[in-house]
Amino acid sequence: MTGNPFHEKKTFLMALRQKTAGSSKEAEKHGGKQAEGAAKRRDAMDVTCENCGSHLRFSDLSENLYVCPVCHHHFTIPAAYRIKLIADRGSFRQICGALKGGNPLDFPGYGEKLEKTRKAAGINEAVITGTCKIQGIKTVLCVMDNRFFMGSMGMAVGEKLTRSIEYATKNRLPLVIVSTSGGARMQEGILSLFQMAKTSAAIARHDEAGLLYISVLTNPTTGGVTASFASLGDVILAEPNALIGFAGPRVIEQTIKASLPEGFQRAEALKDWGFVDQVVPRHQMTEQIGRLLRLHQPYQRRKV
Amino acid sequence: MKTLESIELGGGQIGLAPAERVKLARNPGRPGAADYIDAIFTDFFPMAGDRNCGEDEAIIGGPAFFHGIPVTVMGQRKGRDLEERQRFRFGMPNPEGYRKAERLMKQAEKFRRPVITFVDTPGAYPGKEAEERGQGEAIARCLAVMSRLTVPVISVFIGEGGSGGALAIGVADATIMLENSIFSILSPEGFASILWKDANRWEEASRVMKLTAGDLKELGIADVVVSEAMEDDGSQYYGAHLIPEVMYQRVDEAIRRELKPLLAYKGTALAQRRYEKLRAVGAAAVGKAVGKKETR
Repeated sequence: MTGNPFHEKKTFLMALRQKTAGSSKEAEKHGGKQAEGAAKRRDAMDVTCENCGSHLRFSDLSENLYVCPVCHHHFTIPAAYRIKLIADRGSFRQICGALKGGNPLDFPGYGEKLEKTRKAAGINEAVITGTCKIQGIKTVLCVMDNRFFMGSMGMAVGEKLTRSIEYATKNRLPLVIVSTSGGARMQEGILSLFQMAKTSAAIARHDEAGLLYISVLTNPTTGGVTASFASLGDVILAEPNALIGFAGPRVIEQTIKASLPEGFQRAEALKDWGFVDQVVPRHQMTEQIGRLLRLHQPYQRRKV
Repeated sequence: MKTLESIELGGGQIGLAPAERVKLARNPGRPGAADYIDAIFTDFFPMAGDRNCGEDEAIIGGPAFFHGIPVTVMGQRKGRDLEERQRFRFGMPNPEGYRKAERLMKQAEKFRRPVITFVDTPGAYPGKEAEERGQGEAIARCLAVMSRLTVPVISVFIGEGGSGGALAIGVADATIMLENSIFSILSPEGFASILWKDANRWEEASRVMKLTAGDLKELGIADVVVSEAMEDDGSQYYGAHLIPEVMYQRVDEAIRRELKPLLAYKGTALAQRRYEKLRAVGAAAVGKAVGKKETR
């Protein structure tokens, strides 16, 4: 059953453990709601920070919103968990939750890989879209998930985003999109590329309607997503040290035939270059988004 | 030489492997954006600079007359000789190029001029400075502005159409593709190296990518395909690089045919029509990809 990401069988905890400590069959047995229990059971086992190499207790990491307490490295988190962090408790309602992508160009092996990924990640597509309240303000919230084909944008991702943006425009709601993506989905070819134009056009209409769009960039946000909706926010926030760029670092190094400096294309550099407004740690993200939403309410509605 | 009337605009497909078309699309002898502009438009007034930080010669553009109508014309250019090719980075624009394009599009809207773009690029330049100056943001702005223009937009794909760097000036009311032009999510080499970790499998990649003008017409992305075949005194010519003069004529005719009905629309109706067109891209595929439209 892959319909509801909040009932996913394998939580990101499992994915994370697999990533940091090799595969653990025991980890896969535990469901999302038992995440904390599962974490406790695994306390005996260490997690190695993928950035600084520190040995951490799993519960220390999970209680710290998956930010390394030693080096403040922000681990990648699944969309459902991100939504729990940002949306007011119980307020999130999915838009087009059942919408699934197919294999429009009949790319060899893609259909099977899609099914496999759906089962493994417990989500239908690389983005979860919906409405929610953030600190009491009704908002359309879209969150990408990079466990699903690197968070790449194919037709279903583009369609879910576009319908959500259109919903925001029609109902005059602010929009928050949390991006993490390797770019356009290769297997859907040119049709993926056109999702860039489609989502950008939808954002442009939301913008014409005088509505607020907050773009949140998380590690990594590259390629076609950077070159479309993710760069079009009225306000652009980024998580610390997130890789953000159009071309990937390796492609650039091949082009210029030299290695890139430390911190190149990281969130802090993007801020220096003028493309990110603030670098916001995960612990403060919800509060900062809430503040921005309040700051952008039309003055007529507010009592002086 | 055959007269224009006898030249088929919609067909001309012969059984050529996609990889062969990729090679033709990249043929350095193919006429480029500057050649088409010189041949088809009059009083072209090239403009420079993004009014922000620089000029990028990889994108050429400015106002010109098209059969007496003032239009804004622009395109990526790869360069005619080695010196130019290096200067234009083989047709790979920097952010300044896209910001110039965006500036010219807004200008076209202000002065109510149709926009005609010539797409010919392997992709946006993946350089260090390009990233520092916001390549992604520059392309995104182009997409947002171009998709909402209230004047007619026609894009002509004359050679390579690679990735977001091509799409940035390719969101149009009517898309004209030369028979051997290509338009793809990435170069076939890049595609093969990402998916199969082997750039040498590019020919195989070009088969599955659906990047030829014929494939894109089937997908509803290209509206018109312009033939590159010609017969003259019993001998046959194939490829735009062999028959540039004929291609200028055919492209001229194709633009004229596409532009005429678009001039009748009101500005907001054009923007709406273009939005719906974007929404419908791959609609046939969406049928099986995402199912019927869901209601909340």
